[in-house]
Amino acid sequence: MSAHTMKGTPLLAVADVSVRFGDAQALHGVSLQIASGESIALVGANGSGKTTLLRLLHGLVAHRGERRVLDPQARQVMVFQRPFMLRLSVWNNLRVALWLAGVPRAQHAARATEALQRVGLSHLRGRPARALSGGEAQRLALARAWVVQPQLLFLDEPTASLDPTAKKEVESLLEGFSRDGITLVMSTHNLGQAKRLATRVVYLDRGEVRVDLPVAEFFGEEIDGRAGLFLKGELSWTLE
Amino acid sequence: MNDFAQSVQTAIALIVHADAVLLHTVALSLAVSGVACALASGFGLFAGAWLAVARFPGHRALVMLINTLLALPSVVVGLAVYLLLSRSGPLGEWGILFTPSAMVIAQTILVFPVVAALSRQLVGDGLRDGGDQLRSMGASPLTCALLMLVHDRWAVVTLLLTAFGRAIAEVGAVMIVGGNIAGSTRVMTTAIALETSKGDLPLALALGLVLLAVVGAINALIALVQRGGHRGSALAGVR
Repeated sequence: MSAHTMKGTPLLAVADVSVRFGDAQALHGVSLQIASGESIALVGANGSGKTTLLRLLHGLVAHRGERRVLDPQARQVMVFQRPFMLRLSVWNNLRVALWLAGVPRAQHAARATEALQRVGLSHLRGRPARALSGGEAQRLALARAWVVQPQLLFLDEPTASLDPTAKKEVESLLEGFSRDGITLVMSTHNLGQAKRLATRVVYLDRGEVRVDLPVAEFFGEEIDGRAGLFLKGELSWTLE
Repeated sequence: MNDFAQSVQTAIALIVHADAVLLHTVALSLAVSGVACALASGFGLFAGAWLAVARFPGHRALVMLINTLLALPSVVVGLAVYLLLSRSGPLGEWGILFTPSAMVIAQTILVFPVVAALSRQLVGDGLRDGGDQLRSMGASPLTCALLMLVHDRWAVVTLLLTAFGRAIAEVGAVMIVGGNIAGSTRVMTTAIALETSKGDLPLALALGLVLLAVVGAINALIALVQRGGHRGSALAGVR
């Protein structure tokens, strides 16, 4: 089911894409287009292919089919479910991100300072990044993504295993990013979060896109089949 | 037992009175092994990082070869370098056989596989954890690998200290290419072998004690580094 119409500038598209891991078919015949200004939530049961689709969109997975970056100037970054931090200070993790993004050294200090202020970690700039709590680490991961000024941000379960307060903080940051014009594509198990943050919801089932609708329609309409059962909570979170 | 006790006593006296021959031998050992390790580290760390990310026909065979060279006998290295540097050898015109330079070359070859193989493993393990994140941030595969060496720098220090331990404790290669010439190419291990064969046990024992002390200091350093690393891991486990 797809009633989605593009509004912004197309940034990225995949067409009839499939991904296999050995004998397992992780994605099958997926087609999707992402436009600027969207906030897309990928939902579905465990093992439905959400993370694989995110990684595919970001260009981290070998695949069959077509993946086209429609705006080569658009910088894209991914925040992983368990963000990997280098064994360096919070500050130096940001500096490495800026260096890798090719940002001139003269801008590093100002941009890193601004990023830390934005996520509320200024007081922890000298702390080893791997000594941060889960919520702090996720905020640092968001700061590290934001500091390079991406146009497209992929997020894999950005609030999984966080406590309610940390979840709220992360959601609030994501709302801010979205308001700033950053296009968000996130996988989530949390339908409430999808409702709050997304403008478009893509439902995956067994590696295929079954539903792709604007958020109001996804949650407002009677959806048939497994997607409907999933929405009602009558479908297991894991594949059956 | 009395002979042994007397030898130990004499050895301690040589150390305490900073015997000139002893000092020169120890200094040369440290210099040769230090330079060899520095060279092997420079090439070995880069090669290990590159091998962790490069994919080309024969890659697996090259990795297997380097892993096999971990067990490279030092006398074989000595013999190969001797053949290369001897007058009739391809590098004979360099004229460095039986000099500390030849010893440095031999020990560099000996230690290089240790650094390359272990750093490849280290980087490979690190990339499984954080490679995608670094690639996502725009790092090329080689940059990812080099960043992993920074990330695991305490493990790299341990690796380099292990390599230094292998270099300074080996005797076969430096004996063959250095010639064990007094005041010129005699290092601790070759001196111990010689003095023992001559029956001068006190000097051999003194050198043995110093060598043990150097290796002990390296082990202490490794333990310290590992403690630092474990502390870092424990902190990382907080989140």
